[in-house]
Amino acid sequence: MSEEAAPVTYIVTPVRLEYDHSAGNAATLFLRGLAQRKIIGTRTGPGQPVLVPPRGADPRTAELALEAVEVSDKGTIVSYSIVRVPSENIHFELPYVCINILLDGADVPFFHVLQNCPLDEVRIGMRARAHWVPDEQLAPTIASIEYFEPIDEPDVPFDRIREHT
Amino acid sequence: MAEGSGGEVLRGPHVLEYPYRRSLGPALGRFFTGLRDRRFEGIRSRSAGVIVPPQEYDPDTSEALDEFVEVGPAGAIVSWTWVTRPRKKQPLDHPFAYALIRLDGADASLLHVVDVGDESRLATGVRVKPRWAVERGGGIRDIECFELEETE
Repeated sequence: MSEEAAPVTYIVTPVRLEYDHSAGNAATLFLRGLAQRKIIGTRTGPGQPVLVPPRGADPRTAELALEAVEVSDKGTIVSYSIVRVPSENIHFELPYVCINILLDGADVPFFHVLQNCPLDEVRIGMRARAHWVPDEQLAPTIASIEYFEPIDEPDVPFDRIREHT
Repeated sequence: MAEGSGGEVLRGPHVLEYPYRRSLGPALGRFFTGLRDRRFEGIRSRSAGVIVPPQEYDPDTSEALDEFVEVGPAGAIVSWTWVTRPRKKQPLDHPFAYALIRLDGADASLLHVVDVGDESRLATGVRVKPRWAVERGGGIRDIECFELEETE
C-alpha cells in the first residue's frame, strides 16, 4: 500500500448475529402449510379472530391460539409502502411496493410484496392474490409466495377495512 | 428455514447482519490513514496530553483539537486480560490477551490484542510492538496484534 494512497475516510463495522432459530409450533404449522400452497392461521376457538401468520397466542389475551384455520390466498390491501431504497437481500426491482394485505378469512393483515401493478394504481381496498412459486420449488418458507398481484375484483369499501388500515 | 420431518418443530439458521459503513471524520480518518501506512498518530490536548486514538475535541474543555503527534510504534502494557478460549469471531484462534497499551509518546492507552503464546509472559510494563497486517486500509485490524518487543 503506497504512502501516497488516498486517505482512509470510512471503515466497515459489520454487526452480525447468527441464530439457531426454532420456529415454534405455530409458525411451524404456518410454514408447513406454505409448502402445500396453503396459508394457515390459528385462533383460540370458534368465532375468535384468525391470526396469520400464527404466533401461538392471541396477542390481546395471551390465550393459546392453537386451532388451525386455512385462509384464502386472496385478500384486500389495507396499507402499502413504496420502497425506493435497495437492500442486499431483496431481489425485487426498485421501486417496488410492500403491502399489508387482509387475507379473506383472516382477522389480521399479512405483510408481503405486490408486483405487476403500476405504482400509481396501488391503493387501499385493492384486491390481490398470492403468486406462488412452481410446485417443485414449494418449501416451508415464506418465499413459497413469490409476491402478490392485483386481481380483477371490485375494491373493498374503506369502511369495511378501516380498523386494519 | 430447514425442513424437519413429520410433526417436528422447524428449526434453522437465522442471520441478522448490518454491514455498517462508518464515516471517520478528520481525527479518526487521519489515525486510520496512518495505520494503513504503518504509523500511529495521536492528538495533543491541553487537559489529557497526547490522546491515541485521536479525538476531535478535548475531553475536558471541549476545545477543538488539531495538533497531530506521531507516537509509538512500540509501547508498554498498562493492563490486560487473558482470553483462554477464544470464540469464533475473536481476533486470534489461540489464547491471547486484550490489553491497554500505552504507545511511546502517548498519554492515553489503546485497546488491542497481544499475542504472546503464554499468559506467564505478560505483566504490567511489558514492552510490545505492533505486528502489521499484510492487507491494510480497513481499520483497527490493520494491526494484526501486538507482540513482545524482544521477539526480534
